[in-house]
Amino acid sequence: MKRRDFIFKGLGAGILAGSGVSLNGFSRLMGNPDAPQDADFDLVAVKGTDPAAMFDEGINSLGGMTEFVKPGQTVVVKPNIGWDATPERAANTNPDLIGRIIKRCYEAGAKSVSVFDNTCDEWKKCYSNSGIEKEVLAAGGTIIPGNSESYYKEVQIPGGKNLNGAEVHELILESDVFINVPVLKSHSSAKLTIAMKNLMGVVWDRRWWHKNDLHQCIADYATFRKPDLNIIDAYRVMKRNGPRGVSVEDVVLLNSLLISKDIVAADAAAAKLFGLEPEDIPHIVIADEMGVGTMNLSSLNINRIKM
Amino acid sequence: MKFRILKKARVFISLIFFFLITFLFIDFTNSFSAKLIQGILYLQFIPSLVNFIKFTGLAASGFVVIIVLTLIFGRVYCSTICPLGTLQDIIIWLNGKIRRKKTFRKQKAFNVLRYTVLVISVFLLLIGLFTPLLFLDPYSNYGRIVVNLFRPIYLLLNNIGAHILESMDIYTLYRVEPGITHWFSIAFSMAVLMLILWLSIKYARLFCNTICPVGTFLGFLSKYSLFQISLDQSLCTSCGKCSNVCKAGCIDIDKKFVDFSRCVACYNCLTSCPSNGVSYDFKKSPKVLRLRPFDPSRRNFLAGTLITVTSLAPLALFAYPQKQRGRGRGNRTPRPVIKKHPVSPPGSISHEHFNDACTACHLCVSACPTHVIKPSLFEYGLAGIMQPRLDYHVSFCNFDCVVCSEICPTGALQPLELEEKHVLQLGKVKFVKQNCIVVTEGTDCGACSEHCPTKAVDMRPFKGKLLLPVVNPDICVGCGACEYACPTNPKSIYVEGNPVHEIAEKPLIEKLEQPEADEDFPF
Repeated sequence: MKRRDFIFKGLGAGILAGSGVSLNGFSRLMGNPDAPQDADFDLVAVKGTDPAAMFDEGINSLGGMTEFVKPGQTVVVKPNIGWDATPERAANTNPDLIGRIIKRCYEAGAKSVSVFDNTCDEWKKCYSNSGIEKEVLAAGGTIIPGNSESYYKEVQIPGGKNLNGAEVHELILESDVFINVPVLKSHSSAKLTIAMKNLMGVVWDRRWWHKNDLHQCIADYATFRKPDLNIIDAYRVMKRNGPRGVSVEDVVLLNSLLISKDIVAADAAAAKLFGLEPEDIPHIVIADEMGVGTMNLSSLNINRIKM
Repeated sequence: MKFRILKKARVFISLIFFFLITFLFIDFTNSFSAKLIQGILYLQFIPSLVNFIKFTGLAASGFVVIIVLTLIFGRVYCSTICPLGTLQDIIIWLNGKIRRKKTFRKQKAFNVLRYTVLVISVFLLLIGLFTPLLFLDPYSNYGRIVVNLFRPIYLLLNNIGAHILESMDIYTLYRVEPGITHWFSIAFSMAVLMLILWLSIKYARLFCNTICPVGTFLGFLSKYSLFQISLDQSLCTSCGKCSNVCKAGCIDIDKKFVDFSRCVACYNCLTSCPSNGVSYDFKKSPKVLRLRPFDPSRRNFLAGTLITVTSLAPLALFAYPQKQRGRGRGNRTPRPVIKKHPVSPPGSISHEHFNDACTACHLCVSACPTHVIKPSLFEYGLAGIMQPRLDYHVSFCNFDCVVCSEICPTGALQPLELEEKHVLQLGKVKFVKQNCIVVTEGTDCGACSEHCPTKAVDMRPFKGKLLLPVVNPDICVGCGACEYACPTNPKSIYVEGNPVHEIAEKPLIEKLEQPEADEDFPF
């Protein structure tokens, strides 16, 4: 995308929204002499102190939400809401971030924005104690249950090696735009849970994955319906005892956010943020080999923003 | 026409209790607070009595209120507060509507039967053996009927409603899993419901004067009630109108006599008499002067006692839990999982305490947000039949939840604070290495460790990059999340119930070093 296009789009989005934040971000970008000439980024990494503002900054550098959501489209936002835990525990995606994403989707003209997860703990408690339900409703989004098998439809996964089929939530199958919003966490079985692992929350029978080479199944599923956008919340990060965590003492502040269309690249960058190498995480390596995306970060055009 | 108000008030109060209690048992959204639930169930006789005897809880004095009420007005409990009584009234009413049958026949008194049941019940209470009561208690029977039979229908209707609304993009309702409990409890409740249906259609309130120990006990008391229903010897013309509307069948027109011990205080007869011959008034004459040649129930009471004593020997079986099978020997692969002890719900203190005080009303089964509480069969032994246990094949116990412990009306589950629950050990984790995916397939799994709230199940290096579960029972709370999540069959990890609940150690929490604020991106 050309810088000029970007400016027009950014301006358009700003006027449409009438939003001070987005204009603010825009003008700061204007005045930033380090802003790259070619804005066609593969990945955006943002550091800051406010997850919602960090998202605005990041998405603007990709051309704004209008690049991803067209007027009249239906959007599904899939956070990690797996656990009955408060936001400070960082077991679930940051609620403010989710609220801001939904807001921007509507500003881009989305017809509807729905949010769900197939939770591990009791879903009503997860939705409410994570703080996500409140933010979704405040932003005008719809909270959809994921607690009953009847919401899931059987699909074929032709690109899968072990996983050739799965029961997938109907929202994923029916929505025009799929935005994946995981939180970066340590994970007892997958080592890390990031964007690809977060997709386990859109299927019903996860036990089968555990039984049939978890890492291969995670990579297999990523061939099915790649999210249109991956937004990784690495603001508060659970460094150990994941994915559930035992206490707030498991959490460190990394103050980061990653955005990419490439789910493997996003996971690779997040692994590095966490302090590991992408090679340490088998499902990232497998997905790279299968051609789902690339884990070679040096081949990518990365925009690094410090707010 | 004060009598008309009496009947209306009876119907009104009974419907309030009936619908509130029914809602408690079918509700799946925890709409009512624990305090409110306790309040609604405060007057249920057997739960209150069990709670009082077992725990001398002064808060559990509802049964005293009922006794006092009965000594003043007769068995008002049976036609207002008892949900099983009102269920019968509704069946009788519907039957009357459908078959246009409005009259009831006089019933003979089954004194031997009813006093035998009563004496057995009292005896069992006295020796502290409560379990057999759970088969007879009207409140618990009603609870089981609703949870086992009505609730699945309610959930089905909810799901149909949710489907319809969702097709219009409205998500106020949501679909739920069907809420099937356990075949035995369902079959037992079905049998009781059939019995109730048959008895109420054919003999109206006969159940309350034969099988129900509460009915018989309150009936016995109501002989001494201040207010009693009687027929005025001079005004009564033996026209039979009062007897025709008497659901208990306790009015003898020929002798112009009301057996008030069997009267369920429905007050139908009060307004039926064309010559004002039915009175509800202070008992006019001392008992000895009442117009009765002799009291057959007294003789039968003694007979009942005799029968009871002779039949007690086999009943003693209830007192001892059946021995469970051991785990067995051998290194068969995979190794079957045989639990020595079930896991009883949080707040149950010990299996002994729990089995003694639970009347298996299934309120906790219905209220549990994760649906992990299910009626048992013989897991606790014969004495604990239908009493709830945690079934980790279906779900697991939420770490931050104490709902069941707060609502139990008998005190079988004692209220817990969240802090207590967090270290309450319901059972201990056991790892069966030879069943585990990591060992048998050589691939990563770790589903058990993912779900563990205290990391009593942690992952340690195994072969190559593989991680294998390692368990620390000392910090395990026995929530069953590991067992539920485990993908193997039979399970590779499970919780062995603690017959006496213990206190788990708190997981060791070390401080983490926070990274520097303005670190550069590592890529």
